[in-house]
Amino acid sequence: MSVFIDNATRLVVQGITGRDGSFHAKQMMEYGTQVVAGVTPGKGGQRFENAVPVFNTVAEAVAATKANTAVIYVPAAVAASAIFEAADAGIGLVICITEGIPVLDMTRVLPFVRERGARLIGPNCPGLISPAKSKVGIIPGNICKPGNVGVVSRSGTLTYEIVHQLSTHGLGQSTCIGIGGDPLIGTNFIDCLTAFQADAETEAIVMIGEIGGTDEQQAAEFAKREVKKPIVGFIAGQTAPPGRRMGHAGAIISGSSGTAAEKMAAFEKAGISVMKRPADVVPLLQERM
Amino acid sequence: MNLHEYQAREILRRYGIPVPPGEVASTPAEARAIAERFGGKVVVKAQVHAGGRGKAGGVKLAKTAAEAETHAKAILGMTIKGLTVQKVLIAPAAEIASESYVGIIVDRASQRPVLMVSPAGGIDIEEVAAKTPEKIHRRAVDPRYGLLSHQAMMLGFALYKDVKQARAAADIMQKLYAAVYGVGASLAEINPLVTTPDGAVQALDAKIAIDDNELERRPDIAALRDVSSEAPEEVAAREAGLTFIKLEGTVGCCVNGAGLAMATMDLVKYYGGDPANFLDIGGSSNPQKVVSALRIITSDPRVKVILFNIFGGITRGDDVANGIVQATREFTLKVPIIIRLTGTNEQLGVEILRKAGFSALTDMDEAVKQAVALLKGKAA
Repeated sequence: MSVFIDNATRLVVQGITGRDGSFHAKQMMEYGTQVVAGVTPGKGGQRFENAVPVFNTVAEAVAATKANTAVIYVPAAVAASAIFEAADAGIGLVICITEGIPVLDMTRVLPFVRERGARLIGPNCPGLISPAKSKVGIIPGNICKPGNVGVVSRSGTLTYEIVHQLSTHGLGQSTCIGIGGDPLIGTNFIDCLTAFQADAETEAIVMIGEIGGTDEQQAAEFAKREVKKPIVGFIAGQTAPPGRRMGHAGAIISGSSGTAAEKMAAFEKAGISVMKRPADVVPLLQERM
Repeated sequence: MNLHEYQAREILRRYGIPVPPGEVASTPAEARAIAERFGGKVVVKAQVHAGGRGKAGGVKLAKTAAEAETHAKAILGMTIKGLTVQKVLIAPAAEIASESYVGIIVDRASQRPVLMVSPAGGIDIEEVAAKTPEKIHRRAVDPRYGLLSHQAMMLGFALYKDVKQARAAADIMQKLYAAVYGVGASLAEINPLVTTPDGAVQALDAKIAIDDNELERRPDIAALRDVSSEAPEEVAAREAGLTFIKLEGTVGCCVNGAGLAMATMDLVKYYGGDPANFLDIGGSSNPQKVVSALRIITSDPRVKVILFNIFGGITRGDDVANGIVQATREFTLKVPIIIRLTGTNEQLGVEILRKAGFSALTDMDEAVKQAVALLKGKAA
């Protein structure tokens, strides 16, 4: 098993003929993901790489191919609209890679997605990968290995760094999920912890958080109550100044709230082993598994 | 992006919120002319993106136009929390009967806009929240319906017993809510919302922050950016498509990805150094971005060593390597450089660097250790 995506994932790529969409669609196909459809308005009827049918709308793609998962690579200006469209077409899992969606747009997108019974991962995220099964998004497949560690993170390249450490030390992953660096996101740490706790294949969890908000603190309290599997955690931004957005729209210390110190303390209180540096992930996991 | 008080007041006015008069001046003579036009006592207020302007001496009461000119002369050019005052707001000194607070933020936990009001206005709202949380009333708004009249009235009554004033406050809240969605604000505050001796409710001071992600589709709001209020390196970085934040240390960091960039800064600190900056060259790589990044980093005289930490995903190692080599052709780096390069096109990148006389490491921990060791070797 794995969480959210596996061999049954049938993917539609929104923005498949664009620069990023086409590059990553090819990468996902090479990895073995079932890319069953693409969507670019005005390019319906074409075939991507002589194989994948392209449709004008997500609804047509779903009707023709039974796609059950959508990934979004369209520009920020139309990304909120692309999420609405995917959820409206009955897609159950929508992954939005695009960075730069205004937060006020997300206040309208999120209730809509929930009402349709869909799950959104992201926006502003690298997507997810269940090694050797399916990859949706942009996480490099070659750094991952199948195994029993579930990884959930607000970051992209920092996740690669930590996953790379795991793989080179023989610790494979069940699923790696990038939940995104924006202040308003569809799937949070608690959702992922819940999924990893229920997943028979996952034996331990790595949580990679950062400054800003209280998602990590709430997840720590939840983990203490509900998660029986060992968790190792990291928080980026110990040296970040308050009041400044550290690249990610959501990575900001507001006043005195959302600091790395407060999140690390919450982790420790909940029995989560805290890494002082990314290289600590392997010894801490080995200790706990 | 933060707006100045005078810009925020203008937006509130546009949305029909009663704001007392006020005009902005860039010179003492302008300040005097405005004060003469208003007649009577005026307040001279520094326009900078910093709280605590009053405590810093940036807000002064003037009894005459001549005094307004003197105060403007003192305030213009003064530095508040590292920011130079370029403009002052001149406003008639208002007689105030009571002060309260009205604010709207997008709450991350409830994922909704939240109205916050408090009868304890005019002071730092964070302090009120910490010391007397019972004095803050909150209401999460369903964005599908907006702030409903009865919800606004409940908050209005939390501020004023008088029904007319409660109604006036509720009306201001609904207009402020419309302004938030209208201009793409991530925060909008009226602090203080005042009542005058004759009972009118007015927005005396306002603070609006715009979500940077809104600027592309709102050129009129983007035009309000005051470049002179930002660090020049940060302006240059933004124009080059980089995210850069200046810090106080000596290790110049150049990283791909925000999370890894923060983790790199933290690791510099862990090994006993101090980061000079946060710099994310972004996802899709382009040698020119690396050149711009190096130009910005080396313009800081405090930087004693440069540290690259690249984990290629979308970012390609050869692009980064080409950028470094190209930069050294355009200008001298003056300080040593430690490069960690792994991931997509790592071999190509390492080869390009080797031919140009640079070496590259594959391990992040090792790279940071070496950078800090170089620093200490230099200091000794």
